[in-house]
Amino acid sequence: MYSVADLKKGLKITLDGDPYLVVAFDFVKPGKGQALYRTKMRNMINGTLLDRTYRSGETFEPASLEERQMEYLYKEGDHYTFMDQQTYEQVVMEEETLGDAKNYLLENLKAEVMLFGEKAIGISLPNFVNLRVTATEQWAKGDTSGNDSKPATVETGYVLRVPPFIEEGELIVIDTRTGEYSTRVKG
Amino acid sequence: MKIDALWLRANVIKAVRNFFWERGFLEVETPLLIPANAPEEHINPVVTLPSAWQLQTSPEICMKRLLCNGHQRVFQISRCWRADERGSRHLSEFTMLEWYRANADYHTLMTDCEELLQYVATSCLPNDRYFSRNSVKIDPFAPWLRISVQEAFFRFGQVNVCDCIKEGRYEEILTAVIEPAISQYSTPVILIDYPVELAALARTKPENRESAERFELYLGGLELANGFSELTDPVEQRARFEAANRMRRGFGQPELPLPEPFLNSLGAMPESAGIAMGIDRLVMLAAGAEAIDDVVAFTPEDL
Repeated sequence: MYSVADLKKGLKITLDGDPYLVVAFDFVKPGKGQALYRTKMRNMINGTLLDRTYRSGETFEPASLEERQMEYLYKEGDHYTFMDQQTYEQVVMEEETLGDAKNYLLENLKAEVMLFGEKAIGISLPNFVNLRVTATEQWAKGDTSGNDSKPATVETGYVLRVPPFIEEGELIVIDTRTGEYSTRVKG
Repeated sequence: MKIDALWLRANVIKAVRNFFWERGFLEVETPLLIPANAPEEHINPVVTLPSAWQLQTSPEICMKRLLCNGHQRVFQISRCWRADERGSRHLSEFTMLEWYRANADYHTLMTDCEELLQYVATSCLPNDRYFSRNSVKIDPFAPWLRISVQEAFFRFGQVNVCDCIKEGRYEEILTAVIEPAISQYSTPVILIDYPVELAALARTKPENRESAERFELYLGGLELANGFSELTDPVEQRARFEAANRMRRGFGQPELPLPEPFLNSLGAMPESAGIAMGIDRLVMLAAGAEAIDDVVAFTPEDL
C-alpha cells in the first residue's frame, strides 16, 4: 500500500483495476492551505493519459507486474497464445495489445511477456529477429532507376523495404525496434 | 548553472539584509527548536526526540514576542521546517524571511514588498531588472495589481470563494484556476482580504468581521509572501488555535500543543503587522528557475 506522499515519477499503481505508471508528479500547497498531489499517469494497457489530483490521506495499491519469458505458440483470430516453458501456463494476448510486435511473431519465438496479475499487457521482443523472405520481386540486373530498396514480404506477412539484391527464400535480420531491415543471414 | 545560482542566492540574501538594515530594522536570531509552533490546520511540524520539541515552521511566535517586549521593527532570515512538504516549489527545510512592524498594518507591508522587490531587482538583476517565471517577465517597477480574494475567484473562476471553502474546493480552484490566471501578469500580483477561515493569526477588518487583513504576493503565479495585520486579542487567538486543533482531529492529524508563553504575552503586543517571504522562491524568480532544486546547494535527495 502506498500513501500519496510515496507518489513519485516511475511508480506503478493500480487504479480502477488497471495498472498505471506515474509519469509526472508535483506537490502543491497554497499558503496555509491543504496539500494537493498532482499526478499525470499512463494506463499501462491502453496508453491513455490520466490527470488526477489527490489530497493527503489517500492510499493506493501497487501494481503487481511481472515479466516472464514465454514462447509464442499460435494465433487464433485476433488472439495470440504464449506459453511459459517452465510452468506450461498459457496466456492470450490481443492483437491490439501486441502492437507492432505481431509483425515478428513466429512460432517458438521467445519473448518477455509483461503480466499484470493473470493478464498479459505487453511484450518485449529480442532487438533482432531472423525472418525468411517469402515474396519479393527479382532485381533486374542493370536497373538504373536509382531505387536502392524494394518491398519484400516475410513469413509473418510483414512487408518492409529491403536492398535490391535480396531474393525470395533468403533469411534476413530485422530490427524489431524500428521495423527495418538490418542485414542478410548468410548460408 | 548551479554555481551561478548559488552566487545569485548569496547576492539576493545580501540585498535583502541591506534593505532592512538601511531602514532601521533590527536583525534578530530566535531559537529554531521550540516547544510549540502556532498550531495550523495544514502545517505539520518536525518533532524532535527525546524532548518532543519542534523545529520552527516559522519564526513568528518568537518574532511577535519581541514586539511584545517593545521592539518596533525586526527581521530575520532563518531556516524553517515543515514535515512532508516536497515538490518543485517546496522543500521540507527552507529559508524564510520574516519582518514585523509595530504600529503598522498590512498596507505598510505591501509598500515594503514593493520597495524590497525593486531593491533586489536593482541590486541583483542589473541587466534588465525583471524577475521571471515560466518565461513570463515580471517587472517590479510597473504598478502592481491588487485584487481581493473574493474578486479574484469571481473574475478568474466565476465562483464564490466562500462556497469553495464550504465545499472543500478552495485549494483546488486556487491552484488550478486562480494561480494560472495571475501567472500571466507581467507585474507582481497581490491577493488581499482573505475569508477569516483562511487567516488563523490575522486581524479581521473593522467593517467586515468575515474578512481578514491578510494578503499574499504572487509573481508569475508563484506564491512568494504572506502577510497580515496581526491579531492581538489573546482570547480570540486561543480560540483560533483550538479551532485549528479541532480541524486537525477531524482529519486524523495529531493535535498540537499551544504556545502558552506567546498567548500570555500577546496582550502586551501593540497593533502590528508581519510577513513571511520565501527566500528560495525569491531566488527562483530572480534566476528564472523552474524548480526550487535549482537554487539550493543540496536537496534532501542529494544527501
